[in-house]
Amino acid sequence: MKQISVFLENKPGSLYAVLQKLKEQAINLRALSLADTAEFGVLRFIVEEPEKTAEYLQKSGFTATVTEVLTVGVEDRPGGLCEVVEILTQSGMSIEYLYAFVAPQGRHAYVVLRVEDPDKAKRFLNEHRIPILEELTL
Amino acid sequence: MVKTLWDEHIEVLPREILSKIQLNRLRKVLARAYHNLPYYRRKLEEQNIDIYNITSLADLERLPFTTKDDLRQAYPFGAIAEPMHNIVRIHSSSGTTGSATVVGYTSQDIEIWSQLMARTLAGCGVTQEDVIQVAFGYGLFTGGLGVHYGAEKLKATVVPMSVGNTLRQIQILRDFGISVLCCTPSFALYLAEVARENHVDWSQTRLRLGIFGAEPWSEEMRTEIEKKLPIKAFDIYGLSEVIGPGVAFECEFHNGLHISEDHFFPEIIDPRTGKVLGEGEFGELVFTTLTKEGTPVIRYRTGDLSALFYEPCRCGRTLVRMQRVASRTDDMLIVRGVNVYPSQIESVILSFDGVEPYYQIVLTRENYSDKLEVQVEVSPRFFSDEIKVLEKLKKQMEDKLKAELNVSCEVKLLEPKSIIRSEGKAKRVIDLRKKEGVS
Repeated sequence: MKQISVFLENKPGSLYAVLQKLKEQAINLRALSLADTAEFGVLRFIVEEPEKTAEYLQKSGFTATVTEVLTVGVEDRPGGLCEVVEILTQSGMSIEYLYAFVAPQGRHAYVVLRVEDPDKAKRFLNEHRIPILEELTL
Repeated sequence: MVKTLWDEHIEVLPREILSKIQLNRLRKVLARAYHNLPYYRRKLEEQNIDIYNITSLADLERLPFTTKDDLRQAYPFGAIAEPMHNIVRIHSSSGTTGSATVVGYTSQDIEIWSQLMARTLAGCGVTQEDVIQVAFGYGLFTGGLGVHYGAEKLKATVVPMSVGNTLRQIQILRDFGISVLCCTPSFALYLAEVARENHVDWSQTRLRLGIFGAEPWSEEMRTEIEKKLPIKAFDIYGLSEVIGPGVAFECEFHNGLHISEDHFFPEIIDPRTGKVLGEGEFGELVFTTLTKEGTPVIRYRTGDLSALFYEPCRCGRTLVRMQRVASRTDDMLIVRGVNVYPSQIESVILSFDGVEPYYQIVLTRENYSDKLEVQVEVSPRFFSDEIKVLEKLKKQMEDKLKAELNVSCEVKLLEPKSIIRSEGKAKRVIDLRKKEGVS
């Protein structure tokens, strides 16, 4: 699945500026995370039309890029995420970052994962029958 | 014959003949300075120097310097050596770093200046077939009119745009089939950026040459400009106190800038001691005008740092080459006691792939210690969604800067367009340190 990342300076109003642009275009955020350091932050999020949205943000003067991430279905119960991470750990993969969102219906939560080698991670997860979401059809 | 020669007899003259011409002209200009420039005559008399004892070019080093301050104190017309009815034009340098200096031109000065500027443009490869967009300021600043007259002398087609209004500049560039762009390097970059945002297809334009001057710029900046515009970029050099643009220019070998020595005698001095330095040694450029009537200057200290190379160039010219000016004596920053030039910072930053050529240097004082912050913009090319990649890049820049400058600094990553774009000379240094004990 494709994720959009936007560079933000750590100053009042920078998150607002991006969100305002998304609002103007009636783009719905399906999942997001905001990572920050003392000086800057990276806003990462999932929307329905990632390429179009990224291009629009770039035109509006933001540094926005599209990255391939893994979105994995996790059963919405205690230990659900733990099992997925266990598989990746056992196969020696390290996770750069992750964030989660819950599907409106059903018993699945979704975890957005960034790993170094997504194809390899996919193979392991497939072997263990962990569902991977390719398109955003929630 | 070199095909870009304008004055085919002068530019390739054997150096011993050139020296004879220079000495003849020097004697005349010294007499003119002694008789018509009271401020310089005072200096000579104070030091008991008889100009008629100056009989060789080497004797020149015994003469006192002219400084920017001398010219400022002569405001408005004290540096003009002719009666005003012989002066046909006046230019003045902006008073950004102090009060203004005023220079006057006789009609012969204007003729020579036009010829020199034509020589400059021709040396960069401009021909009669070219259409030149002059985006230097027109007015008291010498850039616009200086280039303008030279381009007309060369019989190229001149489009006198002056500065500002970038969108209109781009429209004219496209519609008029501009082949040569003449402006500051920072404006060229800004124009490239605005053009990209407006989806300009460069293959639909005739642009092929860029002639840039009026501010110090680095080799890395040239690479960056040539990447963003479909041009070969040439550096030209000049300053209003000496004549304006047309003092020196790059030929197609980009091997330093050829000084038009038949009109300007260059020296390199140690800026601290004033002692003349040898060939290839790095120091402050000093010029004596050899033919100027309106405002001649003797040993004018430019504040620009360079070095001179006398070996003939591959282009065939025997005119001395000056190393491109990347910094000035007065843009040197002292950070925690260490001398730092903005040009060093520029070179380091632009050596990182994907970093935009916009940067700003901010100096502050915290706890009685100088803090050097270098702000750079994060472009999509070096942006990563991973924090650790961004932090690593920041750290790499900081390390490389520290290695180059011998002083630690902090790199701050900014959102695109955070740094103000310049349509004229770029302002890259913001010094917020309190000036203590300095008047």
